[in-house]
Amino acid sequence: MTFVTGINEQIKMENNTCYHCGDDCGNHIISFREKVFCCNGCKTVFEIFNENDLTCYYDLQNSPGAIPKEIEGKYDFLSQENIIEKLTEFRSDTIEIVTLHIPHIHCSSCIWILENLNKLNSDIADSQVNFGKKTVRVTYHSTKTNLKAVVTLLSAIGYEPYISLDDFKSGKKYINRTLIYKLGVAAFGFGNIMFLSFPEYFEVDEFWLEQYKPLFRWLMFTMSLPIVFYAAQDYFISAYKGLKSKILNIDVPIALGVSVLFIRSTIEIIFNIGSGFFDSLAGLIFFLLVGKFFQQKTYEFLSFERDYKSYFPIAINKIDKNSNENSVQVYDIEKGDRLLIRNEELIPVDGILINGKAKIDYSFVTGESQTVSKQSGDKLFAGGKQTSGVIEMEALKSVEQSYLTQLWSNDVFNKNKEEGFTNITNTVSKHFTITLLIIAAIATTFWLFVDSSKAMNVFTAVLIIACPCAIALSAPFTFGNLLRIFGKEKFYVKNASVIEQLAAIDTVIFDKTGTITSHKQSNAAYDGAELSTTEKSVLKNSLRGSNHPLSRTLYSILEAHNIITLDAFKEHIGQGIEAKHEAINMKIGSASFVGNPNANTVLNTTVHVSSNTIYKGKFTFYNSYRKGVSKLFNQLKQQFDLVILSGDNEGERDNLTKLLPAKTKLIFNQKPEDKLEFIKYHQSEGAKVLMIGDGLNDAGALAQSNVGIAISEDVNVFSPACDAILDASKFKELYRFIMASKAAIKIIKWSFVLSLFYNIIGLYFAVTGQLEPVVAAILMPLSSISIVVFTTIATNSISLKKSPSVSYKK
Amino acid sequence: MSVIYILLSVSVVVGVTFFILFIMVVRSGQYDDDYTPSVRMLFEDELVKEQTDTSKQTKTD
Repeated sequence: MTFVTGINEQIKMENNTCYHCGDDCGNHIISFREKVFCCNGCKTVFEIFNENDLTCYYDLQNSPGAIPKEIEGKYDFLSQENIIEKLTEFRSDTIEIVTLHIPHIHCSSCIWILENLNKLNSDIADSQVNFGKKTVRVTYHSTKTNLKAVVTLLSAIGYEPYISLDDFKSGKKYINRTLIYKLGVAAFGFGNIMFLSFPEYFEVDEFWLEQYKPLFRWLMFTMSLPIVFYAAQDYFISAYKGLKSKILNIDVPIALGVSVLFIRSTIEIIFNIGSGFFDSLAGLIFFLLVGKFFQQKTYEFLSFERDYKSYFPIAINKIDKNSNENSVQVYDIEKGDRLLIRNEELIPVDGILINGKAKIDYSFVTGESQTVSKQSGDKLFAGGKQTSGVIEMEALKSVEQSYLTQLWSNDVFNKNKEEGFTNITNTVSKHFTITLLIIAAIATTFWLFVDSSKAMNVFTAVLIIACPCAIALSAPFTFGNLLRIFGKEKFYVKNASVIEQLAAIDTVIFDKTGTITSHKQSNAAYDGAELSTTEKSVLKNSLRGSNHPLSRTLYSILEAHNIITLDAFKEHIGQGIEAKHEAINMKIGSASFVGNPNANTVLNTTVHVSSNTIYKGKFTFYNSYRKGVSKLFNQLKQQFDLVILSGDNEGERDNLTKLLPAKTKLIFNQKPEDKLEFIKYHQSEGAKVLMIGDGLNDAGALAQSNVGIAISEDVNVFSPACDAILDASKFKELYRFIMASKAAIKIIKWSFVLSLFYNIIGLYFAVTGQLEPVVAAILMPLSSISIVVFTTIATNSISLKKSPSVSYKK
Repeated sequence: MSVIYILLSVSVVVGVTFFILFIMVVRSGQYDDDYTPSVRMLFEDELVKEQTDTSKQTKTD
C-alpha cells in the first residue's frame, strides 16, 4: 500500500472503523468475534457488554462508544468520607444516590446502556439519564458497593464521569420554576375569565343573564386576584425599582395599566356599572408571561458561568512523611505539602518541582500552546497540566492564593453585564410613557369641560388600552426566536440581552491560539538535508509507534510508506524517539536530544531528526488557521476595528500579517490581566468590544468585554465563563451572526411601529369615551398575536436569507 | 334555573383540579427533562429481543 487512491481509502475507512467507537483503526486492527476494534480498550468494553447480554447497545446506534481511559488510581479520592458526603445527593445507611455528569452522553445507545447499569453491577438499584443535562443519577446499595466502584465501572465502559472542584460545593442545586407556576396561574385565570365574561360580550338583556351577572362578575374578580397579586408581581417590583432609580422602564406603563385595569374593574362591579376588564387583564398578563417564557432559552448541557473550579480536580495525591500516598481534598492543601501529579493531571496550586520530568502545558493559563519543560527546583504554576509521566512537587500556596485563581478575585467577575445597559425596549418605553401620560391628561381635561362624568372613564380607558403589551412582547419574541435559530446553527447565546449587545459592537478582539488557529498544529515544513527513501520510511514508521501529539501530527502529514518492522524502538519521554532499522539508527525529538550542533532559539515548535548521529534537519510546525479566517476578517474589517490579542510569542507575526487585512492590530505576549486591561482601556475610550477567546487565559477578557464569545471545538467540553459559546466549525459564520443580530434590532423597531398603530386605534376608542370591554378584549390579544407572528416570520426570514444551506440537524 | 350554579361549580372544580394537577406535576420535576423519556419508552422491547438473540448466539459460538 504505497499508494492509495481516494476511493480505495474510503473503502478502507469503512471497513476499518472500530465497531465500538467508530474511529479509524489505522494499521493495528484488533479483531474479535468478526468485529473490528481500534484498540484493546474498545474491545474490552465490547467483551463486557457481550458477557452481560448488552450488545443491543450497538444496534441502537452505530459505533456509539468511547475509548475507555486509563484511570488507575485516579478515583482513589472517592473512598474518602467527606468527599462522598459532598458528592452524593442522598445518603442513608444502605442507599446512596449520586448524580454524575458524563460528557460522552450523545445518543440513544448511551441512554440505554446507562439505564441498564444494574445488569453490569447488581448492587446498582437504579440509574436514570437526563439527556439534556448529560447526567446520570445512580442509586446504589452502599453496603455492597461504593461510589468509587460505580465511577470505575462507568469509566471502564467508556463513560467516564467528569468530577471537578465545582461539584464540591455544599447545598443542593435549586431549580427555579416560579415562571412556570406564574404562567400556569395566568393561563388558568385567562381561560376561565374569558369563559365567564363571554355572555356579557353580547349584552343580551335576557332575564336569567341579568339575574346571574353579579355571580359571574365576582367569580371573575376572585380569579383575577392570584393573577394580579402573584403572576404579575414581577412587573410591579421591576416598575418600583425603575422608578426608584428614576428610570421609566417598560414595566412602569405595564404596572400602571394592570393596576388601573384591576381598580377600575373592581369599582365597576362593586357599583354595578359594568362588567369590568378582567378578561383583558388576565390576557395581558398571560401574553406577557408567555413572552418572558419564550425568551428564556436554556441550554442545559452548557454552562456560561464556569470558573477555574470546573477545571480543577477535587482531590490530589499527597505524599506524607512516610512516603505513603493519600488523596487529599484540593482545598485542604497547605503550604509545604508534597504532591504527586500524574500524567495528564492538573497542577492545583503553585509550587516547586521536587523530582520527575515536568513538561507542563500552560495553555489554560497563558494560551501558549507549547509545553514547557521544568527542572527540579523550578517553580510550577497552578493550572498547568503535566504531560509526561509522574512528578512530585511541593506546594507553596493554597488553591485560592495561586497565580491563576487570583485572576478570579478581579472585580469583573462579580459584575453583572446587564446592569448599566439600557435595552431597546426601555429606551422606547421612556418616550412612550411620557406621551401616554400627556395624552391621558389632555383627554381628561377635554372631557372635564365637555362631560365631566366621563372624564375619569376616559382617563382610565387611555391607560388601559395603551398598556404596551405588544411593545413588551416585540423584543422577547424576536430575540427568543433568534436564540433558537442561533442554537440550531451551533451558536449558543446565554440570553437575549447578549444579542442586543452584539448588535452594538464596534471592535472585535480575537485571541490567537485555539481561537483563530485550530488546536491541531497540522502544518509542518522540513528544513535541512534531504532524507533518503529508507530514512523517510524509518521516520514514518517510528512516528507510528509514538503517542506524543507532535509525532501524531507529523505522522499524519508525511506521505505513506511501507510498513516495516523496526529492530529497536525506544521513546524517551519529554525528549524524543530512538529507532533502529537495519543500518539506520534514527533519533527524532528535541534539538538537544538529537544533538543539533547549532541549537539556535527559534520561536516555533520544531522536531529535529538525526540519522546515524548525523544531524539531518528539522520540521518546523506552523499554526494552522481555521478555514475562512481570512475571509471573515475581510468581511469584518468594513465595519469593525480588529485586534489580535495573543498570549503567544511573536513567532507567527509574519504569517498573520500575510493572512489578515492590513489594519488588524497584532499584539503578542499578553498575560491574562493584560488582556483584561487592554479591553478596559478601549471601553473607557467608548469602544463596544466583542472578545472571542477559548481558554481560561481569556476568562478575564471575556468577562470584561461587552460580549464575550468562547470558541469551542467540542461544546460538551469546558469553556470559560462567557456570554455565548460558538462551535468551532461555525467560526467563519461569525460575521453572519453579528449581522443577524443587527437585523433583529431592525425587526424590533418595525414591530414597535406596528404596535403603535394598534395603540392609536385603541386610543381613538378611549379618548372618545366609547371603550367597551369587548373592544379591549379583542384589541389586546389581536395586537399581541400579530406582533408574535410578525417577529417570528421576520426573524426566520433574515436567518434563511443569508444562509441558503443551513442544515437543521439536531 | 339554579342548574347554572351546578354547571358553574362543576366547571370551576374541573378547572381547579387540572390546575392543581399541573402545579403538582411541575413540582415533581416531570418537565425538567423533556427528551430522555421519549427515547426511554422505546427501549423495553429491544432488551427482551436482545436477550433471546444473544443467548442463541452464545450457544452456537
